[in-house]
Amino acid sequence: MDYISEYRETKKIENIVEKIKAISTKKVRLMEVCGGHTMVIFRFGIKSLLPDNIELISGPGCPVCVTSRKYIDKAVAYSRLEDVIITTFGDLMKVPGSSSSLGQEKARGADIRIVYSIMDAIKIAREIQSKHNSEKKVVFLGIGFETTAPTSAAGIKIAKKEDLSNFLVYSAHKLMPPAMKALIDEKVKLNGYLAPGHVSTVTGSKIYDFIAKKYNIPVVIAGFEPVDILQSIYLLIKQIEENKFKVQIQYKRAVKPEGNLKAQKLIQEVFEPRDDWWRGLGVLENSGLKIRNKFEEYDAEEQIKVKVEKTVEPKGCICGQILKGVKCPKDCKLFGKVCKPINPVGACMVSSEGACAAYYKYNRV
Amino acid sequence: MKKEVLIAHGSGGEASQTLIKALFLKYFKSSILKKLTDSAVFETDTSSLAFTTDSFVVDPIFFQGGDIGKLAVCGTVNDIAVSGAVPKYLSLSFILEEGFPIKDLEKVVRSIAKEAEKAEVEIVTGDTKVVDKGKCDKVFINTAGIGFFPKSVANMGKMVNIRPGDVVIINGSIADHGMAVLSSRQDFDIESDIQSDCACLNHLIQKVLSQIEGVKFMRDPTRGGLATVLVEIASSTNLGVEIDEKSIPMKEDVESLCELLGFDPLYIANEGKFVMVVDKSIAEKVIGILHNNKLGKDSSIIGKVTEKYNGKVVLNTAVGGKRIVDMLTGEQLPRIC
Repeated sequence: MDYISEYRETKKIENIVEKIKAISTKKVRLMEVCGGHTMVIFRFGIKSLLPDNIELISGPGCPVCVTSRKYIDKAVAYSRLEDVIITTFGDLMKVPGSSSSLGQEKARGADIRIVYSIMDAIKIAREIQSKHNSEKKVVFLGIGFETTAPTSAAGIKIAKKEDLSNFLVYSAHKLMPPAMKALIDEKVKLNGYLAPGHVSTVTGSKIYDFIAKKYNIPVVIAGFEPVDILQSIYLLIKQIEENKFKVQIQYKRAVKPEGNLKAQKLIQEVFEPRDDWWRGLGVLENSGLKIRNKFEEYDAEEQIKVKVEKTVEPKGCICGQILKGVKCPKDCKLFGKVCKPINPVGACMVSSEGACAAYYKYNRV
Repeated sequence: MKKEVLIAHGSGGEASQTLIKALFLKYFKSSILKKLTDSAVFETDTSSLAFTTDSFVVDPIFFQGGDIGKLAVCGTVNDIAVSGAVPKYLSLSFILEEGFPIKDLEKVVRSIAKEAEKAEVEIVTGDTKVVDKGKCDKVFINTAGIGFFPKSVANMGKMVNIRPGDVVIINGSIADHGMAVLSSRQDFDIESDIQSDCACLNHLIQKVLSQIEGVKFMRDPTRGGLATVLVEIASSTNLGVEIDEKSIPMKEDVESLCELLGFDPLYIANEGKFVMVVDKSIAEKVIGILHNNKLGKDSSIIGKVTEKYNGKVVLNTAVGGKRIVDMLTGEQLPRIC
């Protein structure tokens, strides 16, 4: 894999690690915001390469992890309706709701199908409408940040164009910068952000300017290979040591300062910001995406009214503090004992990108 | 335990283990079963026998590099072969869905016959059931197999002889089968030329065992992949297993597809591979024998058993870091065999 191997060369890695060690004098905490970064850091054992004074903490950038129990409870309620087919990314299946999960509902007979993109869900809706002449509605669970929101927007527009009356999206889409701001406002101790690479391909780099300017915290947009992560750490350390605070793009092969304008326009057209609830962080202003009224015929929340059980939060779970980077998975009493990937209590254990799942799988000693 | 059977219970990972231990072993008290080896090994008056059973529900039934019939023979033969026994007799039970085309069934049966002939095993008994349309998916196959131990060969499914310093070998690239089946799925719009590694390993294994002493343990890394076998070795022996990521053979297209889809190849199923633990002194000789065979030409020493990290598998990552490798905990890919 030539296109990847150059980002995994041992020599290159050793060089960057040496460079980091040469300039790093301060004790620092850097947060990788994105779950994808968390996975790479664990999978390649990046922490074991860094000097002790550099601490990496995992942030709230796993969309499954920050999805609320309330959302799952409602999805479970939808799945129990006779005339609803749920389509979802596989990661959501295991997420525990208050009394059930989508995985359990599927085992009990609900029609829940795992898809790899919203296009698969549209295909199912098309077939249901044309071939089977059925009244069933296909609900796509739209989760994710600025990365997946444009595809949901495009899906809704396609449905409108094709007049697919049985296709609905239940949006839990969220925006990244409000969460990054909230962490600083909540006084989470951190000296630098490794900003999400994929989100930034859509948003560009300007959305982070306020973090560098207002809060004096350097931001580096990082790619997803070991070399990317280490180079980004180097750039952060360099800024910190030189007392500089700016936004830099390490992931230049994918991210442009202005981002993907077409994708931004799509989000704008179909969604509008709303206050949204983040697991562990609470309600953050203008941090979620609601489907605009113009497209309400494709909004599951508008079209399907359903009774949802009372949401109950699990006892003893400290996912919230882990998402904020205040605590580490091993500080949790449930971790590895009651809460395991096979039987997750908290959201951080559910997704393979969650901090607890990554810690459990790759770093449990 | 969960209230309902979940897909994860069939993953070969932690959920499967829980189901086996908390339910099946609760009621079935056989001391042979309790060992949970690929084949049950028991003594008769004249020799030791290996006995195994397996079921095949792969979706789709025809995939690149094989089909459900070939898979049924290879899977059963390999479960016996890795115990050290020579597989001899197989049973086949078909559960067929009403409406399944006879021509497809014939294709499957022909493939079974061809593979059985190659492996020199005989299909000696069978059964057929048909269920209403929609009550099963096309065809499911259940098998049993019996093998005999050559006089000089001991049960290779036991881990009691594994010692620190022993070397871990695999006979070729990992994750081929899982990714081949996945990319053959219609609902999965990916074109690739990835072929399943599905193959009977009995001849190759006997070639090694007949030429050399010092092989201590074997297992085929099917569901749950290479990682699951290594974790079982470490946790059962309470020794450490240290693996070098760079020495694990992988085909480029398989690696790319795993990368693209976010799968960890260590957990992806293989159907023509064995993991072998051997005494360090014979490792190079074993590799020499394996390299001379089509099914072993990419064999590699991937790591060693060590007194460090007891009970754990530690991977030296491709970039020089270290990490723990753990048991698969959810379902990676359902209905892969």
